[in-house]
Amino acid sequence: MLLSLPALHLQTSEYHPLFQLPHGRRGPWCSPSGSPAPLSSETGCGEGSWILVCRLLVPTQVSLLSMEEDIDTRKINNSFLRDHSYATEADIISTVEFNHTGELLATGDKGGRVVIFQREQESKNQVHRRGEYNVYSTFQSHEPEFDYLKSLEIEEKINKIRWLPQQNAAYFLLSTNDKTVKLWKVSERDKRPEGYNLKDEEGRLRDPATITTLRVPVLRPMDLMVEATPRRVFANAHTYHINSISVNSDYETYMSADDLRINLWNFEITNQSFNIVDIKPANMEELTEVITAAEFHPHHCNSFVYSSSKGTIRLCDMRASALCDRHSKFFEEPEDPSNRSFFSEIISSISDVKFSHSGRYIMTRDYLTVKVWDLNMENRPIETYQVHDYLRSKLCSLYENDCIFDKFECVWNGSDSVIMTGSYNNFFRMFDRNTKRDVTLEASRENSKPRAILKPRKVCVGGKRRKDEISVDSLDFSKKILHTAWHPSENIIAVAATNNLYIFQDKVN
Amino acid sequence: MMLSKGLKRKREEEREKEALAVDSWWLDPSLPAVAQAPPAVASSSLLDLSVLKLHHSLRQSEPDLRHLVLVVNTLRRIQASMAPEPTLPPVPSPPAAPCVADNLLASSDAALSASMASLLEDLSHIEGLSQAPQPLVDEGPPSGRPTGGSPPSLGALDLLGPATGCLLDDELEGLFEDIDTSMYDSELWAPASEGLKPGPEDGPGKEEALELDEAELDYLLDVLVGTQALERPPGPGR
Repeated sequence: MLLSLPALHLQTSEYHPLFQLPHGRRGPWCSPSGSPAPLSSETGCGEGSWILVCRLLVPTQVSLLSMEEDIDTRKINNSFLRDHSYATEADIISTVEFNHTGELLATGDKGGRVVIFQREQESKNQVHRRGEYNVYSTFQSHEPEFDYLKSLEIEEKINKIRWLPQQNAAYFLLSTNDKTVKLWKVSERDKRPEGYNLKDEEGRLRDPATITTLRVPVLRPMDLMVEATPRRVFANAHTYHINSISVNSDYETYMSADDLRINLWNFEITNQSFNIVDIKPANMEELTEVITAAEFHPHHCNSFVYSSSKGTIRLCDMRASALCDRHSKFFEEPEDPSNRSFFSEIISSISDVKFSHSGRYIMTRDYLTVKVWDLNMENRPIETYQVHDYLRSKLCSLYENDCIFDKFECVWNGSDSVIMTGSYNNFFRMFDRNTKRDVTLEASRENSKPRAILKPRKVCVGGKRRKDEISVDSLDFSKKILHTAWHPSENIIAVAATNNLYIFQDKVN
Repeated sequence: MMLSKGLKRKREEEREKEALAVDSWWLDPSLPAVAQAPPAVASSSLLDLSVLKLHHSLRQSEPDLRHLVLVVNTLRRIQASMAPEPTLPPVPSPPAAPCVADNLLASSDAALSASMASLLEDLSHIEGLSQAPQPLVDEGPPSGRPTGGSPPSLGALDLLGPATGCLLDDELEGLFEDIDTSMYDSELWAPASEGLKPGPEDGPGKEEALELDEAELDYLLDVLVGTQALERPPGPGR
């Protein structure tokens, strides 16, 4: 007997209709469907829809800011920091990553420190504070090291952080510098045992001869303490600099990639790793290409991609052979002859590669563009977005000052409908894949009042400059947005600008 | 005014001016950037800039491999574009040899290519030793070549001794290549165990053998330092 199912009505969400996701999909590794959200008259990244939630500074002196404390911030800043060009170099944020639920946001900096922020819980009293992130835990992940064999200093800068999906009360993340990957456990402690027999209240050992009665220790509540402990250290497997780590969908293995090799690890085994890609030539003088980024497929634990400095992407299948030197698929766009220059190769070098949440597409970032590729089509990308094409005429200067070698990252939103990447002058760009509209926003202290709507920015290329536009020659190339992150299911983004972490949210209707 | 990152050396400022000049010479401002075809031949300043970058990169204690590879490839492109053109402005570095890709670096700067080659070889040399103890047998999917991650492979490297010795040894050998040792080939240079001099003091005791060893070292040092070795006849010790 057929029963007609009642129509399923989703509760209206407070979030933007374009990005509305079905409720209840809160599992740690749920992936929103790959199909684009229904179009509405408003575009998700259209003008006037992003607001600054909070700006977080992670220097040693200040740990948390919120809107109300902004005035105090200015005082603090004036005395310690002035503007962020005077901030300690160690505080420069080098990686940003949300965890799988978006509850936690981790940053790594040049000083080897990891700071984890936790989202403010929703409360009836302060509804507007939801979406803010507060410091949850801070720890020193990596220390500067010295390789005595090669007489080389190993930087403690955190290159990447990747979260593991939550499987119990504790949180786990991988953090890596140039040479060593570490697995950290972050756990809460809110109880402490009291009433030991052999120790007194101060923890000093008691003389057993003085003990006449026995008692059972009891757990008493204490102030919440968050502690981070290193659970695994995966060292000595990389000769060259690690640029990527990626957790496999089997949650038992992960890979680490350096300039010439990719290694596969099991989380439980630290003294052994399997080399799965090796592009080192027999004669180093023949070296012409390096690995720039690598990532596992979000669903197929046997597949991964890696990108190169020549602008190519290779999809590999670990079932095909033990050493994946032969790719399954090879993605490369033929060079546009009209754009050919001496810098063609440098600007084609891919700085980041990311699978879409659906697993059907990959996105790559090279110096001037972001490209979306369909895994089923190798000969060209399906979409190309110009990030800052006005720099094309400035490549020689950018080569001279090394800016042409900057490595920008790119991210997908939760529903794979919008992509985001950074640029110079503290600008970052969003591209809506459905409406083909894009927006340029700025992460800067001067222009952001608390909760004010971010004003779209525009770069003027030539001719007459309008009032709000900025000319190409006025761009500040020392202010670059290399690292950004997008909340896995909501329209909350984190943008790192030097030592500042900006959190923006889509305006609540 | 664009802010440039990195050290602001006087020479670099000049480069920057030249580089910016290249930009404007390159383009006609009235036309959109994309429509412009870049010149087929690079200016010599671009070549110099690339060579400078290569130098700078190699001078780092641990060069960024990606940066190095991209600069080298760009340099090759520039060289390739300049080679067939006879009316090129004179290149400050040693004249460009017929451009075979492998010789490109050598033609621009012999010492540079030597240092780059030795640097890259050195990296592979040390790295190769760390690979040595690993079995190359394929254990079948999904395992690959196990790369020992800890002390076992490092042990092999420990035996090597200080790594700086690798580079240093090459330099010492290079020094000796020029020296004609035929003049100094005498019994003095025979291994200590076989007796060291033909003089009346034969069958040297241990003490004398040690003294002679020191004499040999002194002699060696003198040669290295470049004193007039000929003025000092190789005598039976000192």
